[in-house]
Amino acid sequence: MSEAPRPSRMRAQGARVRGVLGSWDVIVLLAVVAVAVVGSLSIDGVSSPRFWRFVTLEAVPILLIALPMTLVVITGEIDLSVASVLGLSCTVLGKLWASGVTSLPLLIAACLVLGGLLGAVNGLFITGFGLPSLAVTIGTLAMYRGLAYVVLGDKAVADYPASWTTSAIKPIHGTTIPWVILVVAALAIVFGVVLHATPVGRGLYAIGNNAEAARFAGISVRLTKFWLFVATGAMSALAGVFWTLRFASARADNGTGIELAVVAAVLLGGVSIFGGRGGLLGVLAAVALLGVLRNALQLADVPANTLTIITGSLLIASVVGPNVAGRLRERLRRRRPIAPTLSHTT
Amino acid sequence: MRAGTGRVRLVAITALAALALATAACADDSTDGTSASPAASGGGSMKNGLKIAFLPKQVNNPYFTTSDNGGKTAVEEIKGTYSETGPSEASPSAQVSYINTLSQQNTDVIVVSANDKDAICGALNEARQGGAKVVTFDSDTNPTCRDLFINQATAEGIAKNQVKLISDAVGPDGGEIAILSATANATNQNTWIEMMKTELAKPEYAKLKLVDTVYGDDQDQKSFTETQALLAKHPNLKGIISPTTVGVAAAARYLSGSSYKGKVQLTGLGTPNQMRAFVKDGTVKAFALWNPADLGYLAAYAGGALASGLITGKEGDKFTAGKLGEFTVGKDATVLLGDPFTFNASNIDQFNF
Repeated sequence: MSEAPRPSRMRAQGARVRGVLGSWDVIVLLAVVAVAVVGSLSIDGVSSPRFWRFVTLEAVPILLIALPMTLVVITGEIDLSVASVLGLSCTVLGKLWASGVTSLPLLIAACLVLGGLLGAVNGLFITGFGLPSLAVTIGTLAMYRGLAYVVLGDKAVADYPASWTTSAIKPIHGTTIPWVILVVAALAIVFGVVLHATPVGRGLYAIGNNAEAARFAGISVRLTKFWLFVATGAMSALAGVFWTLRFASARADNGTGIELAVVAAVLLGGVSIFGGRGGLLGVLAAVALLGVLRNALQLADVPANTLTIITGSLLIASVVGPNVAGRLRERLRRRRPIAPTLSHTT
Repeated sequence: MRAGTGRVRLVAITALAALALATAACADDSTDGTSASPAASGGGSMKNGLKIAFLPKQVNNPYFTTSDNGGKTAVEEIKGTYSETGPSEASPSAQVSYINTLSQQNTDVIVVSANDKDAICGALNEARQGGAKVVTFDSDTNPTCRDLFINQATAEGIAKNQVKLISDAVGPDGGEIAILSATANATNQNTWIEMMKTELAKPEYAKLKLVDTVYGDDQDQKSFTETQALLAKHPNLKGIISPTTVGVAAAARYLSGSSYKGKVQLTGLGTPNQMRAFVKDGTVKAFALWNPADLGYLAAYAGGALASGLITGKEGDKFTAGKLGEFTVGKDATVLLGDPFTFNASNIDQFNF
C-alpha cells in the first residue's frame, strides 16, 4: 500500500459502485422495473391495481418454494419433488377436510408436518445414503405425485367454507394487494437473514463451494443439508395449503410442473446451479420478473406458445448472463494496473 | 468486502419489501366502471362490437381449434370481436391466469371449457362482477359461476343414436351385439350403457341381442385385445358399440386387419381424424360425436344474446343462433346443442379434429 490514502479510497468506492451495478441481482431488479415501466406505457391494463393483484397471487406459491430452494441450490443440491409435495399436501388437506377435520390451523399444521416428513425422506436418501439429490428427487417427484392420486384419485374436494377461500386472497386494507404477500415477505426476511447474515448462511456457501473443505472447517454438511430438505418440504406444503384455498379445489394434479418455474426463477436470480454463488434478492427479483413479464405479455395477447419460448430464452440467458457479466468484470479488473496481485490475495 | 455485500443485500431486500408495500399502498382500489351498460338497446337485436373470447381447456388441441373456429364464424356474424386465448397445458391454475387477463381486458363474453369445475370459479365470478358474461361449453363449471352451459349432448340422445347406428349397420336380420366400454366405473359410460339397454328393449330393436360388455380402460392396447377376445368368445357376433374415442379406434384397427372386416359391424363415439381410414376402407359405416364447430357457434351466439340483454339465462329464455335456429334455455341454465352428429363416408372429409 504505497499509494496515498485518498485515491485508494476512491478506487475502492468506485469498485464497490461498479460491483453493485454489475451484480446480477441488481440487473434482474432493474429488468423488473424496466418491464413494469415499458409495460405500463405500452400495454393497456398493466398500470391498473388489478394487474398487480393477479401477479402477486400467482407469485405467492412460487415465492414460498423459491425461498428454501435458493438455499438448497446454493449448497449445490436441488429438489425437484417440490410440486409433488405441494400436490400431495393439497390432497391430504382435502381428504382430512372431507373426513371431518374442520379446524383450519389443525389442517395447516398437519400439512406442514407432512411436508416436513416428505422433505425428510428426500434428505435421508441424499445425506444418509449419499445419493445425488437430482436422482432422488426425480424419484420422489413421481412417487409423491402417485401418492396424491392414491389419496384422492381423480376426484376433487372443493366444498371449503367461503370464509377460508376468500381469506386466502383478501387484499390488504385499502389496497388490492393480497395480504398473504406479507407472510411471504416475513418469511423472505427470515430466509434472507439466515442466508446473508448468519454463520449458518456462510456455511451454506462454503458447502456449495467445497463440501469437503466445509466439513474440515467444522460445518456439519450432512445435517445442514438434511434440514434444508425438511424446510423445502414444509414450505412446499405451505404453498399447497395456499394453492388449495386460492383455487378452492384440492386435486391430485395441483401444481404439476411448477418445480420448473421455481428452478427457473432461482437460476435466473443468479444462483449458480453448481452451488456456492447467488443470493435471495436476485431470486425474489427473478420471480417478479417472470411473473410481470408473463402477465403483461398475456394482456398484450401474446399466444401461450410464444410465452413458453420467451421464458425458455430467459432461462438460457440466466445461465449465460452471469458468466458473461463475470468475464466482463474480470476484464475490467485486469485493466487496473496493480489490482491483480491484490485481488488474488483476498 | 464479503460482509459488505451481505449488508448491501440485506438493505436491498428490506428496500424491496418496502417498495412492495408502497406500491400496495398507492394501488388504491378503483374498480373500473362497468363498460357494458346493462340498459338494453331495444328488444330483439344483438349488440354490435361485443368482445367475445374463447378460452379452451388448452390451445393447440384440434378439437378446440374446431370448436373455436365455429365460435369465430358466429362472432363475425354478429359483428363482434373474436379472440382465442388459453394455456398450452390443460391445467386449472393456468386457465385462471387467462381468465384474469380477460377480465382486465374488459371482455364482454368469456366462452370457456373448464379444466376444473371449482378451481376457476373465483376468477370467473370476479370477471362477472366486472360485467362479463360467462358461457361454458364442452366441460361445465359449478352452475353458480357461469351464466349458461352449452351441453353437447344428453345421455339419452347418445344412447338412442348409438343403438340406431348399430341397428342400421347390422341390417334388418339383427343378431348378437356387444359393447366395448372404457373403465368399469366410468359414470358417463355406465349411464349411456343403461340407456342403451332401455333403448334395445324397444320393439323395433327386438332382433338385436346384447350379449356382452367388456372394458378397454380407455387404453389402446387393452381395447385392441378386448376386441380380439370378444370376437373369439362370440363367434356369431354381428356388431360392436364402443362409446369411447379410444375404444372405437382400437376396435376399428383390429377389425380392419382381421377376417371379420365387413362381417362384424362397428360404431361408437369417435373423432373423424382417428376414424377416417376405417370409414374409407369400409370397416366402419358410420359413427357419431357432436359437431364441435356447431358447439362453439352456439356458445358464441348464446354469449352474444346474454351480453345484449336479450336473455338472462333463466329457464324458458329463447334466442336464435344463426344457421342453427332457435334454442330454449333448459333447467340449470343449460342449452342443449341437439342430437349427436353422425359421421360417414359422405361427410367425414369436411372435418379435421
